[in-house]
Amino acid sequence: MSGLRSPHDYPGMLIVVEGVDGSGKSTQLDLMRSWLIQEGYDLFFTEWNSSKLVKKTTKLGKTKQILTPLTFALIHATDFSDRLERAIIPPLQAGMIVLADRYVWTAFSRDVVRGVDPEYVRDLYSFAVQPDLAFYFRVPLQTAVQRIFRGRAGLKYYEAGMDLGLSRDPAESFLKFQARIMEEYDKLVNEYGLVVVHGDHPIEKQQRRIRKVVLEKIKEKKMRPAGRKKA
Amino acid sequence: MKAHYFGAGIPTLRNVDLQGRLIVLEGPDCVGRSTQIRLLQEWLENLGYGVVTTSLCRSELTEIGLTKAKRGHEIGRRTLALFYATDLADRLERAIVPALQGGFIVLADRYIYTIFARYGVRGLSAQWLRKAYSFALVPHLTLYLEVDLDVLAERALKAEKLGFWECGMDMNLADNLYDSFMRYQKRMIRAFAKMTKEFEMTKVSAHGSVMTVQQRLRRRVRTLLDLKETEAVISAPEGPVVEGMD
Repeated sequence: MSGLRSPHDYPGMLIVVEGVDGSGKSTQLDLMRSWLIQEGYDLFFTEWNSSKLVKKTTKLGKTKQILTPLTFALIHATDFSDRLERAIIPPLQAGMIVLADRYVWTAFSRDVVRGVDPEYVRDLYSFAVQPDLAFYFRVPLQTAVQRIFRGRAGLKYYEAGMDLGLSRDPAESFLKFQARIMEEYDKLVNEYGLVVVHGDHPIEKQQRRIRKVVLEKIKEKKMRPAGRKKA
Repeated sequence: MKAHYFGAGIPTLRNVDLQGRLIVLEGPDCVGRSTQIRLLQEWLENLGYGVVTTSLCRSELTEIGLTKAKRGHEIGRRTLALFYATDLADRLERAIVPALQGGFIVLADRYIYTIFARYGVRGLSAQWLRKAYSFALVPHLTLYLEVDLDVLAERALKAEKLGFWECGMDMNLADNLYDSFMRYQKRMIRAFAKMTKEFEMTKVSAHGSVMTVQQRLRRRVRTLLDLKETEAVISAPEGPVVEGMD
């Protein structure tokens, strides 16, 4: 196993998007997905916090509001471990392109903001596969927050970071929480060489940049669309 | 006494004072841990201590999910090790440490050592396991029930406990329960033995009758609690009964 600090040697390709809620990462990932499908690539998609075996426990913890910074970190690592083993590594072995909506950096920023030791979180996820490409969607806080409030009726307890005691008002707590997460993300961009995308630029412009970077990587890895492989 | 963790500890409980004591009982499957814990609890309660017991997979957060996950064979060893870490963290934060702050004696049936042995023999990195569990509280006393393999096998057979996990059937060591049990438990005993020095575990022979073993365990607990042979604690169980030890 190669781990997070060194490139993997699977035939497939792992692309991840990171960023706060409302940064536009999922929109861009959807566009990237349709484009790659059209180009004939075999794709596999996985998102944060979605392991069938684990997510019920996470949900129970959130509903009962019994998650602490530590158990929040650990249950998400458990979820990630299960998905890595089942939804990320096998398609990579099969030579597919795996798209991941959020990856370890979501944990590295959120958990650290919640007070978990940064070294500890990195150790916990040291088994993760290093992505071939990791995009970080940077947006001004106001843009992200406006997007979230436009599309949603209310904020959930942990989503708003209410467990941190930053404010009794969910909206205000959310703002402070997101600001701190963005600070952490900015540190990670340098530490891990994430590719920064300006999430406040026009959608088409962002997508053009992403496709350019992805194409370069595809060329570098000599990946071929599945449809053309047999021809 | 300040809480002492293996590593960075628990973010919400970094500088807490513990009035009680955490006593861990470790040892392979079928060695008789649960029986011994029950007897220790009765004895300590009769002496006037408040006692709380805890064991793997009993946290409010993970009991349902982890029990279900273990039932199938779908879940990987690393994922299980992390699920158990979540379980321990939840119990430590919301049950064990609060009980210790309140002066209770906490008796733990298994702790991180069982996890280290179990997943160590299944090929997980020992170093990664220790880091992942570095939030754990260092017990005040860890008693390791030492047993010979043939004695362990006899106990397992008598108790009809040759189950899938006790035999390590997931490891494909043999095509039948008994041989698999012998090979698997041999590895587990070796893994435990290696840890006794690393973690300053107190070895206690598990050979002999239940009461013989119990007397050996009580002797160690008495030393920890600074109790004389016949001494009883006068104060009520709820009180900070082991004050002034440090």
